[in-house]
Amino acid sequence: MRSVVLTKGVPDFREGQVSFDEDGHLERGKTPTVMNPNDKYALRAALQTKVRQGGQVSLMSMGPPGYAEILQEGMEDVYADDLYLLSDREMGAADTWATAMTVSTGLEQMEENPDLIFAGFKTADGETGHTGPQTEWCLHINDEMPEYPLITHVIALDVDQDEGVVRTKRLVEGDISEIETVETELPAFIVADPEFEPTYRKAEHRLRHKDFREETQQRASEFAEHLADDSEKEMTDWDRFTMWNQEDLNLDPDFIGLDGSPTIVSGVDPIPKAPSEREAQLVEPDDTEGMEDVLEEIQPYAAGD
Amino acid sequence: MTKHEHYEALVVGCGPGGAAAAATLANQGVETLVLERGTDAGSKNVSGGLLYGEKSAPYTLDTLFPNFREEAAERPVGEYYIHNVAGRQVKTFDLHDIHHRDTEWCDAVLRRKMDSWLADRVHEMTRETGGGLLTNVRVNGLLRDGGEIVGVTLDELDPITADVIIAADGVNSELARDAGLMDWEDPEDWFQGVKAVVEMDPEVINERFGIDDDEGVAHLFSGDLFDGVRGGGFLYTNDQTLSVGTVFHLDSISEEQAEPHELLDNLLTHPLLDQWFQGEYEEREYAAKLVPDSKKVAHPSPHRGRLLLVGDAAGQMQAQGPIIKGMNHAVTAGGLAAEAFQEAKTRGDTNAAGELYERKLEEEGVLAKLRPKRYRATRAVSESSIVNKVGNAVLDSPVGSVGLKAAGKFGLLEKSFNSPFVLGMIPDTKMSYAVIPERIGEVMGTRVTDDNTVEPPELDDRIGDLTYDVDDPHIELQDNSFEASGTAVTACPVSAEDFGGGCYREETIKTNGGQEKVVSLDTQPCVECGTCAVVADTHWEHPSGGKGVEYKQG
Repeated sequence: MRSVVLTKGVPDFREGQVSFDEDGHLERGKTPTVMNPNDKYALRAALQTKVRQGGQVSLMSMGPPGYAEILQEGMEDVYADDLYLLSDREMGAADTWATAMTVSTGLEQMEENPDLIFAGFKTADGETGHTGPQTEWCLHINDEMPEYPLITHVIALDVDQDEGVVRTKRLVEGDISEIETVETELPAFIVADPEFEPTYRKAEHRLRHKDFREETQQRASEFAEHLADDSEKEMTDWDRFTMWNQEDLNLDPDFIGLDGSPTIVSGVDPIPKAPSEREAQLVEPDDTEGMEDVLEEIQPYAAGD
Repeated sequence: MTKHEHYEALVVGCGPGGAAAAATLANQGVETLVLERGTDAGSKNVSGGLLYGEKSAPYTLDTLFPNFREEAAERPVGEYYIHNVAGRQVKTFDLHDIHHRDTEWCDAVLRRKMDSWLADRVHEMTRETGGGLLTNVRVNGLLRDGGEIVGVTLDELDPITADVIIAADGVNSELARDAGLMDWEDPEDWFQGVKAVVEMDPEVINERFGIDDDEGVAHLFSGDLFDGVRGGGFLYTNDQTLSVGTVFHLDSISEEQAEPHELLDNLLTHPLLDQWFQGEYEEREYAAKLVPDSKKVAHPSPHRGRLLLVGDAAGQMQAQGPIIKGMNHAVTAGGLAAEAFQEAKTRGDTNAAGELYERKLEEEGVLAKLRPKRYRATRAVSESSIVNKVGNAVLDSPVGSVGLKAAGKFGLLEKSFNSPFVLGMIPDTKMSYAVIPERIGEVMGTRVTDDNTVEPPELDDRIGDLTYDVDDPHIELQDNSFEASGTAVTACPVSAEDFGGGCYREETIKTNGGQEKVVSLDTQPCVECGTCAVVADTHWEHPSGGKGVEYKQG
């Protein structure tokens, strides 16, 4: 069983990490980039498949060379046997369409065709939810690749290797109140919902999961060390990391990156500032009367009750 | 029957008993699966904190797990004292002899650190056999086939079968109860312990206790500190903390309607402890647990079919006066249970494991330590209330105090405190726990002039400082009348009268034409000690794997 999980680096929108300027625009330079949180559900789904069925889990992304760290994060936090980064200046500023084009070519480039391709439900920055399904469409029009039936909003899955099928539970209309069961032949393309929960009902599976988690953390720390090493070594010297550029993938520059992106962004609305929850009053230390008021205010709380 | 996942050996619980069993099985190459319900081994465990390595024991943790003492234990405890307290009068006896009798070593331990360390090794060892250790998994009962025990059922996993099931699942063992080997009916069978882990800088510990980095001390307390409730207190030095606790007979806590946390505070705030606290008190963790009284409940035949009970689950906790030993017996029992299975397997009859285990407990003298015949022989007389009344009267008389003084002068009292023979028959009465120590303190003691100014935290702060992953209620109140379950309001270590933030509360409801006192239950702050299972009418289960309270010290 060969699984490939697709991921993207996004700004870390968690409070305390993200930084906005006064106009409400994201300050990209001050905000760290992390693995898109939704993609971790996809990666967990792939790991569950490996725990139950064996095989190999690859993690793939498209982005600048620095995205090696995003892949490393996925390897550390969830699991990956090996990592693929599609990276080239020509690929920059791609919309979902050009991205899907590039990623599907990356999938085609792999030594063996994946049995399962996993994507997360929409990215934290773009929020389109298009790249997964569009990648599937690009595979569909690619004569070199088999058909990958697409199942979205998957919250549980089980592969039956003997039958060559994958059985899934998915949310209808993205709503937890309505769940349908969908079965399809392998290979298949799975978009995991944030409601996805891996299930391990056998001790054997949990033990294997524990082994895999130990292994992947060990691997990830090895890779992190390799990345931090400032000597002459190339990133790709690490044998579980593969980087492909536009030439490697034999892609026409007109169909990828900014040039291959038909999407036109008509405008961006700044994120409105949340109204402050409390009313604040400024008191200077030399304002005796003001300080007395402060004292009076806080005294009841200082008594320890 | 459907085909279940199968392991040769299943060990439920990864405390010292489970760890010893699993390690011994793994050493024999037995495929062993260990299941622990805590989010980490030790997160559900509490003990007073002294672990003995007995010379006579066939299994000890330091031989099963190299570097155990250096890496998982706190300070080795070389000194052992008991303080007989009467108000400010204190008479201290050195219990050196009884402490060092049959003792190879004795370390203070904190269970989270210790069990978690053990679990890492246990996983490594058992993984090589094809098994391994899983945390966050709760075994909730026995799996039977045609009435025979064949495996276990679980909250998180499908049923698992095994050739042997070693239940080391603690004092509230659900497996022991499922098998009908133990019950929790009678408060007389149990002690309840509460403990505070108190922060103290290692250098301050050294200075105030007069010890070096690699030395530790144990102090016991008895006398009139505890409002007549039968039991005592202890203080042990850890690396960077003190373990200070109290242990009482549960029937006494129930009868006196005592509040366990207040009894602990009685000890913490006693002037005698000022020499160590000196006005500083920072509590890291409040904890509680039930302790089986092995004299009464250590099961003489702790097995049924493929199920073997080990440690607290089998009532293997020796508490006879100042001898408080539990973990070491659990380790021995775990090792013997594993050994018994291996032998039975070699003979080609794994079903014989239980019988062999029972015989080994007997042969190794474990049972003799846990259930001294002397206690059973003298109990009827020494625990009768008439005899105790007479004893009280004699002790209170001038003749009695002369006797005490004389006995003290010749060191007889200190000697008898150090005699395992005498301690083995100490009756469980107020006289031995409170009256005698109090009279000793009164007649022979020296006055403590220090003032202890520390203020232990209130109960709501203690609860608030604990870590919980709250799940659905795991305890159901079967009978909410005050008569049936009212005792839980006081006896539960995280509940108290007129306290709204605990598990059990007393409520008055209006009924047809009258008022009725009832009890209500909120399991959120539950520390899973099991007290209410004994003193109230409940349906008591543990929370699912990883849920409920998580001790950081233990």
